[in-house]
Amino acid sequence: MTLTEKIIARHSGKSEVVPGESVWVDVDVLMTHDVCGPPSIGIFEKQFGKDARVWDKEKVVIIPDHFIFTEDKYANRNVDKLRAFAADQDLPYFYDVGTDEYKGVCHVALPEEGFTRPGEILFGTDSHTCTAGAFGQFATGIGNTDAAFIMGTGKLWVKVPETMKFIFHGDDMPDYLMAKDLILKIIGDIGVDGATYRTMEFSGTGVQQMDMESRMTLTNMVIEAGGKNGVVDPDETTMEYVRKRTDKEFTPVYSDKDADYHSVYEYNMEDIVPMVAKPHSPDNKATAEELEGTELDQAYIGSCTGGKLSDFKAAARIIQGRELKMDTFVVPATTEIANGLHEETVNGQTLYEIFTQAGCHIGNASCAACLGGPSDTFGRLQDKEACISSTNRNYPGRMGSKNAEVYLASPYTVAASAVTGTIADPRKFISN
Amino acid sequence: MAQTATKDKETTDPSSTIITGKAFVVGRNVDTDQIIPAEHLVYSLDDPEEKKFYGRYSLSGVPDKQSGLPQGNIPLVEEGEFESEFDIVIGGPNFGCGSSREHAPASMQIAGIQAIIAPTFARIFYRNAVDGGFIIPFESEEDLSQIIETYDELEINKEDQVLINHTQNKTHNLRPLGSVEDIVMAGGIFEYARKTGMIE
Repeated sequence: MTLTEKIIARHSGKSEVVPGESVWVDVDVLMTHDVCGPPSIGIFEKQFGKDARVWDKEKVVIIPDHFIFTEDKYANRNVDKLRAFAADQDLPYFYDVGTDEYKGVCHVALPEEGFTRPGEILFGTDSHTCTAGAFGQFATGIGNTDAAFIMGTGKLWVKVPETMKFIFHGDDMPDYLMAKDLILKIIGDIGVDGATYRTMEFSGTGVQQMDMESRMTLTNMVIEAGGKNGVVDPDETTMEYVRKRTDKEFTPVYSDKDADYHSVYEYNMEDIVPMVAKPHSPDNKATAEELEGTELDQAYIGSCTGGKLSDFKAAARIIQGRELKMDTFVVPATTEIANGLHEETVNGQTLYEIFTQAGCHIGNASCAACLGGPSDTFGRLQDKEACISSTNRNYPGRMGSKNAEVYLASPYTVAASAVTGTIADPRKFISN
Repeated sequence: MAQTATKDKETTDPSSTIITGKAFVVGRNVDTDQIIPAEHLVYSLDDPEEKKFYGRYSLSGVPDKQSGLPQGNIPLVEEGEFESEFDIVIGGPNFGCGSSREHAPASMQIAGIQAIIAPTFARIFYRNAVDGGFIIPFESEEDLSQIIETYDELEINKEDQVLINHTQNKTHNLRPLGSVEDIVMAGGIFEYARKTGMIE
């Protein structure tokens, strides 16, 4: 069996499952946030009663992150609803806005807080919940109704997915390349529905040498190919990260060598060059080199996909000592990463110093303009701007305006473009 | 399955066999940000007055030229209205890709849409439409967004799994609902779980 099949089998009380089979599984973690939490709670209370208790308060995690730094009265009311529910249910894992507990983007906060444990099942009311598969967890996005069902029962039905395997060969990632380039390449090759209903499993020496943040970039974007979940077999890198963040017991599982796969794709990392997804689809692929000279109005570095500490370190390597040619927004995914900007250095300067000296606009940890949001959202596109972004989606209107054009790229390519004024190939700034 | 009927629309019993009404056509890869833009995700789905806004903004993120094909520039819901004059949405491949927001199929139901037909669906949208009992997602054998035109009069026969286009005098096959049929017929995951004794 594959890693995904093994986790589903174990959580459904079966010795074996096969793709296509529908089974009920026991849930280890349910995560929700400020956009989908309130309606999920509404359904939970309607279906199970006003006095109903969640099935296991240790397993419900609420991370407000979407519409946080806004004057929008409805958005703020929704955070109040989460607050009231967390207090009423006495939930230990509620990361409230305006407190020291506040984290920011859920998909990066979940690993930081030790909820992405290998071999477990995580459901979240957000499509990028698949990010946690980087840790060898079965993790996927669900809607409000399913979340409410889990709140009351601790169970959910799943259809066992087939697995597509993606192998990256090569011992060292070329210095100008990032995991974002690899996943944009895959999505460009298989299309935005190329993995619909399936698992995307990443392996090979190229993946083994990646740190957790890079693996998270790969699994984060499987939803952009329609994937149900993404996984990487856990290894020492995984264990080291998870053990630092939690004392809870867990049992990792691994794909069998003779497991059946829907298909296998192989790539040599040396053959891949910096990639860009053109408007208005993540599979509208081009190389950064092909798009050189394309006019831009704004650069954006942030989100669960491209707002992690290693993403900012990459951007800082290029921005350091150079002049920005456009508005450049920097939004750390979490408060831990925001603190890291003051600690992590490039050539003796902190990332924060590098970004502020260059004139970047630095925002508070949250999803911010990745998904547009209320009109006063930091970095949001308002009209016909062209933006290059380290985020995950560029369908019409995603970053706030359906007249805008969004190019998706790695933090290297975004930074190279920000200091050039047009789309630029980062290989001009970073050689191998 | 209660709907706020502002235009005397008939509410549909999930177990009834026939769905009839006017077609609204969009193209491929219509993602959930186009179905309901994120800025509108602030309204309560529990408050009947606030909830109506999801109907007003349903499919409002679709670029104007691709809204109401083949002509384009036709909104699903007229500006200032809360409910659509259309009944059945016809989409291209990979309908509902993108985010997991259940507000997407909910917004279509609130606008008065009863079914969505596409050759393929993104997984989470499909699941949300079924488990929440909002609208029935039918898979078609062909990409009907290339054939059916906005305003065509349609009839879906659930039992025979066919779609009749009365305007064009054509019949198209729909795929069986398969493993989700029981949940669709029950009207959602909660109704299904109660029927089967999983929950009280």
